[in-house]
Amino acid sequence: MEGPVQVSTSVDLLYSETEDQLRAAVRDVLTDHCTAAAVLDRIESDEPHDRELWKTLAAEMGLAGLLVPEKLGGQGATHREAAVVLEELGRAVAPVPYLSSAVVATELLLGCPAERPQVAAQIGELASGRLVGALAVPFATAPHAPYARVRRSADGLLHGTVTAVADAAAADLLYVATDDALYALSADQDGVTVTPRTSLDLTRPLADITLDGARGGEPVSEDPDTAVRRALRAGAALLASEQLGLADWCLTETVAYTRDRHQFNRAVGSFQALKHRLAELWLETVNARAAARNAADALATASPEIPLAAALAQAYCAPVAVHAAEEALQLHGGIGMTWEHPVHLYLKRAKADAIGYGSAGRHREALAELMDLRAP
Amino acid sequence: MTLDDSQLQGRTREFLAAHPPASTPRADFLAARFDAGLAWVHYPEGLGGLGLPRAQQAVVDAELEAAGAPDNDPRRIGIGLGMAAPTVLAYGTEEQKRRWLRPLWLGEEVWCQLFSEPGAGSDLAALGTRAVRDGDTWVVNGQKVWTSNAHNARWAILIARTDPDQPKHRGITYFVCDMTDPGVEVRPLRQITGEAEFNEVFLSDVRIPDAHRLGEVGEGWRVAQTTLMNERVAIGGMRLPREGGMIGPVVTAWRERPELRTHDLHQELLKLWVETEVARLTGERLRQQLVAGHPGPEGSGMKLGFARLNQRVSGLELELLGEDGLLYEDWTMTRPDIVDFTGRDAGYRYLRAKGNSIEGGTSEVLLNIVAERVLGLPSEPRTDKDVAWKDLSR
Ligand SMILES: Cc1cc2nc3c(=O)[nH]c(=O)nc-3n(C[C@H](O)[C@H](O)[C@H](O)COP(=O)(O)OP(=O)(O)OC[C@H]3O[C@@H](n4cnc5c(N)ncnc54)[C@H](O)[C@@H]3O)c2cc1C
Repeated sequence: MEGPVQVSTSVDLLYSETEDQLRAAVRDVLTDHCTAAAVLDRIESDEPHDRELWKTLAAEMGLAGLLVPEKLGGQGATHREAAVVLEELGRAVAPVPYLSSAVVATELLLGCPAERPQVAAQIGELASGRLVGALAVPFATAPHAPYARVRRSADGLLHGTVTAVADAAAADLLYVATDDALYALSADQDGVTVTPRTSLDLTRPLADITLDGARGGEPVSEDPDTAVRRALRAGAALLASEQLGLADWCLTETVAYTRDRHQFNRAVGSFQALKHRLAELWLETVNARAAARNAADALATASPEIPLAAALAQAYCAPVAVHAAEEALQLHGGIGMTWEHPVHLYLKRAKADAIGYGSAGRHREALAELMDLRAP
Repeated sequence: MTLDDSQLQGRTREFLAAHPPASTPRADFLAARFDAGLAWVHYPEGLGGLGLPRAQQAVVDAELEAAGAPDNDPRRIGIGLGMAAPTVLAYGTEEQKRRWLRPLWLGEEVWCQLFSEPGAGSDLAALGTRAVRDGDTWVVNGQKVWTSNAHNARWAILIARTDPDQPKHRGITYFVCDMTDPGVEVRPLRQITGEAEFNEVFLSDVRIPDAHRLGEVGEGWRVAQTTLMNERVAIGGMRLPREGGMIGPVVTAWRERPELRTHDLHQELLKLWVETEVARLTGERLRQQLVAGHPGPEGSGMKLGFARLNQRVSGLELELLGEDGLLYEDWTMTRPDIVDFTGRDAGYRYLRAKGNSIEGGTSEVLLNIVAERVLGLPSEPRTDKDVAWKDLSR
């Protein structure tokens, strides 16, 4: 009967003190520099991404490099800290390419051979926040699903179109896959066209990428599958934390509003029909927190359960965020239907997130496979 | 006392070496375990514990389980362990704790809960069972209902009205009632499952010594809160492995009997699998918060989710089983010794789970509690708060 103490499972579902401090620091910055009014003004401007905010978060606070080891120019932190940042960014619907660049593109490069100088160099650039990277696959791509590839013609040039790529318009480096390699392209090089699309979620705008004879140069990897799957899986797993933050904002705001708003000579929040709906939402966010933390911890510890934890987190948290935003809108009444009130930003983000990196249904399909619960 | 996990593990192993489960009679083993402080480590020394954080019990349990040690069959004594014991611990005198906790934990004395009445369920504070003081004893008259396990019980936790002139929450006192008193009559109440797990209990001139009162006269409502809070944790808070509990038999049937599968049930099964696994993680997170000494409000919600999932999963199971789901093991009226939500067949699981959203506070009432105590939403306008109990409408 020798052996390690097997008490609490190895999964750590709490927040450490450092993580709490990180949260407070990020929230401070967002409270000052990412107000709802500022986001509303920005989304219809020529520059939907907030470059100043990105500079503060990514470069000054070093948050873009959380997942990158120190020797490659990062902070050497883990997905647990990145998840906390994403919770806060979700609470603020912040229009910055954190998930796309500091998580997905960064994980992609971390899945490429590190001894290649251009890989190490690009990791460093993304980690410092000086450059923004984007993986050229549609935002809706699930980690286990087929993904977009471009064609390499006989002369070695790249051709093809990838639609609806998240944050592509803000990216300096675009990563495209062919059948047998992964290339890093500069967004402003010849043969590359990035066309912004009118997106449902204006805080994470999409763009199409068209390659018409673009030079790929030295590939960053000859094993695109490994890198792309890893990147998408991390994206899906950590998106759950953004969804959690978003749901948490919706719940907190709506509780505050219904306590304040009076009709029939009492606070509308004293009507049981509303109390029960808010209590249900609270339960959902409590569960979402456990699922999101579990996914972040699985990534941080390189657990063999990453595919399960990621699919579980998306299957659970995506609908919770949508439900929270929909309830927030309804319980605000007419004001919730206005452009002026920020709740629509959350609704649009939540609904787009529910499709991003695969819908809940797609993730349940993945679970069916992983858990041997097969379709008829 | 503080012991880290590996010290506690060591202590448990020493205990097991001194009392090998294979060669020690069950009763002796349990008694020795209690006296070694390994019964419930968060209880004080001398009362079956070591004064450690509650979550460290898992260290002891893992060792005992691995050694094949007998347990005290918690399904038989759930109300004692989950509700009576924490209340006795919190409000009992030293003498009361010594008298009751050891036989309770050993399973020598079964406990039941005489709270609900025909006229007082969710509105428990409206209860009308009267206790009138007569020197050193109290004389109790009234009727209780839905009393699980009363037919096996030696003791009951009881709340009764001692001052009808006070508003309802203020005139209640908490007692421990001897179920062998000649004034206690227990009649079975048959349930939708066919059996009679619960009972009606009629109390006629039952005499309870004042020494069996828990807490001050008139403070019974406050004492009862300890019982009720523990009840919700006890009902929703079991620690389960992945695919443990209600979902277990469903996934087994799904894997082993492909002919039962339909597309519609597949979608539903996957959703419930996700919710079950997430609920398990939420329970795990709650336990980690307790260990870290920061209990969160999450506990208030555990029973709600537990009840809902049990009902949906067991409903799915019946449908999945098709023809077998049309059959039922046995409708014979029995008076069971244990409470077991997941035991017996699928039909039983489906029917028994219906009680999960009623017992220990209905789901509607728990949602009110979450809304008011966790979220801070205002309460409904109340008409009952400052009215003397005797003047309330009924
Ligand atoms: C299997 C089982 C075992 C039990 N074991 C015990 C036991 O051992 N000891 C014991 O004392 N009791 C026991 N009970 C009783 C249980 O605690 C009560 O049934 C429960 O508190 C509900 O009370 P009630 O039955 O009077 O329903 P009521 O309170 O009359 O409720 C009727 C309906 O009204 C709803 N309702 C009531 N008030 C509100 C409100 N303010 N807001 C919204 N909805 C409301 C309820 O949710 C319910 O749907 C047991 C019950 C069951 C089913």
